[in-house]
Amino acid sequence: MQKYSIFNLVKNAFSNHENWDLAWKDPTPKEEYDVVIIGGGGHGLATAYYLAKEHNITKVAIIEKGWIGGGNVGRNTTIIRSNYMHDENGLFSEFGMDLWRKMSQDLNYNVMFSPRGIINLAHSDAQMNAYARRGNSMRLNGIDAVLLNREQVKEIIPMADFSDNVRFPIFGGLMQPSAGTARHDAVAWGYARQADSMGVDIIQNCEVIGFDVSAGKINGIRTSRGNIKAKKVGLCVAGSTNILAEKLNMNLPIETHLLQACVSEPIKPVLDNVVTFGAGHFYVSQSDKGEMVMGGDLDGYNSYAQRGNLPTLQHVLTEGIAMMPFLSKLKMLRTWGGIMDMSMDGSPIIDKTHIEGLYLNCGWCYGGFKATPASGWTFAHTIAQDRVHELNAGYSLNRFNTGHLIDEKGLGTKTWIS
Amino acid sequence: MLYINCPHCGMRSQNEFSYGGDASVKRPELNKEVSDQEWDNFVYNRKSLRGKHLELWQHISGCRQWIKVERDTATHEIFRTFKADEEVA
Repeated sequence: MQKYSIFNLVKNAFSNHENWDLAWKDPTPKEEYDVVIIGGGGHGLATAYYLAKEHNITKVAIIEKGWIGGGNVGRNTTIIRSNYMHDENGLFSEFGMDLWRKMSQDLNYNVMFSPRGIINLAHSDAQMNAYARRGNSMRLNGIDAVLLNREQVKEIIPMADFSDNVRFPIFGGLMQPSAGTARHDAVAWGYARQADSMGVDIIQNCEVIGFDVSAGKINGIRTSRGNIKAKKVGLCVAGSTNILAEKLNMNLPIETHLLQACVSEPIKPVLDNVVTFGAGHFYVSQSDKGEMVMGGDLDGYNSYAQRGNLPTLQHVLTEGIAMMPFLSKLKMLRTWGGIMDMSMDGSPIIDKTHIEGLYLNCGWCYGGFKATPASGWTFAHTIAQDRVHELNAGYSLNRFNTGHLIDEKGLGTKTWIS
Repeated sequence: MLYINCPHCGMRSQNEFSYGGDASVKRPELNKEVSDQEWDNFVYNRKSLRGKHLELWQHISGCRQWIKVERDTATHEIFRTFKADEEVA
């Protein structure tokens, strides 16, 4: 594989950049693979990469219905954080933070990881207490957390509404300084390029139409481009999980819901961090191009539409304007939607299934992007070793049966309630 | 904007309603042994299919009645609405 470097950049400039290698190939499916990963999104591509890199399993195919990176890895708001209270989520995400910090070097691809810090605003004494508790829990797990008072928040984000007569005054906030953002497309492309170079077949425009299961064991998949035999199959299809689960007669604690995001026109640098509103569900950061990147609530009903509806957008942006009134002056540039695999406790599932050789990775709710490297790493381990790693042991499928839920937000089984 | 035909009030905008999830889920019968699997299916497991979906909505800013709505989860088209106690064929 051609290394991306300043030297190669200069060298290729002499041939008008016409002779760069393709970043990944377009192979036809082989008859058989050791592992087939369904879903060419961030998690699927990362899984294939870590299967090859960490476990030396390279007879791997990624099967993607559309094109790689066209789903949620290309539709998110690029936020990376590990500000979780529960051990399972905190330790898993913090392991991921370490992978994020090394990712550009690891993949030889600039993912533009920008640890600019995330601030969750608090709007009452009770919320400050809750954040103090969460911050303490984070620090016990080795995650950086700083509790900010009103004056400290004002220094960092003076453009927020600190006037006296607001409905939700800012009391302070909880900051994770090491959190940040990354260039989401580059994450997908970087993983794809490295996986491809190690022998993984990335097969696009190939829809899975069925599974070949006999005697409780997976033997392969049926696709729109023919049957493919596989010793092991991993599902990494986020919002389409229920569609594939139905073909396997599996009932999962997952509902598919629509989540929207939007960006404003680009403006000069105004916001250094990721900031979330504490009295509702709204978050904002500023992209390198200057656009304000914003998102918030689900549309609130089961949906596979991948496009949103205006009432929710209006509701979310009303919260944004309450927090930072200057946002009302901006023009909207784009809005879009993606379909989320909402699990019933708000936490993901990375586990084996009752079918031998079939592995499940789903339930990412709002937080799939930041989990990309840790999800890929632990899912690759689970597939390669046929057992879960201690980092994803809590993300079991049967926790809903045993009662070991990881209900970070206290939302219960209605994760779509806003 | 979705427009939902409330069987009690007529056509109203989605803003007046609150969503209540899959309407085909049945609570296990009382006064009989209920297995863990049955509870799981009631509390957690959902089909969440792409296409026609029967779901509960509450007309929270209207008559406050729960209703059933048959809606396409891919196109958002609403086909039929029912009163909560109406059997859906």
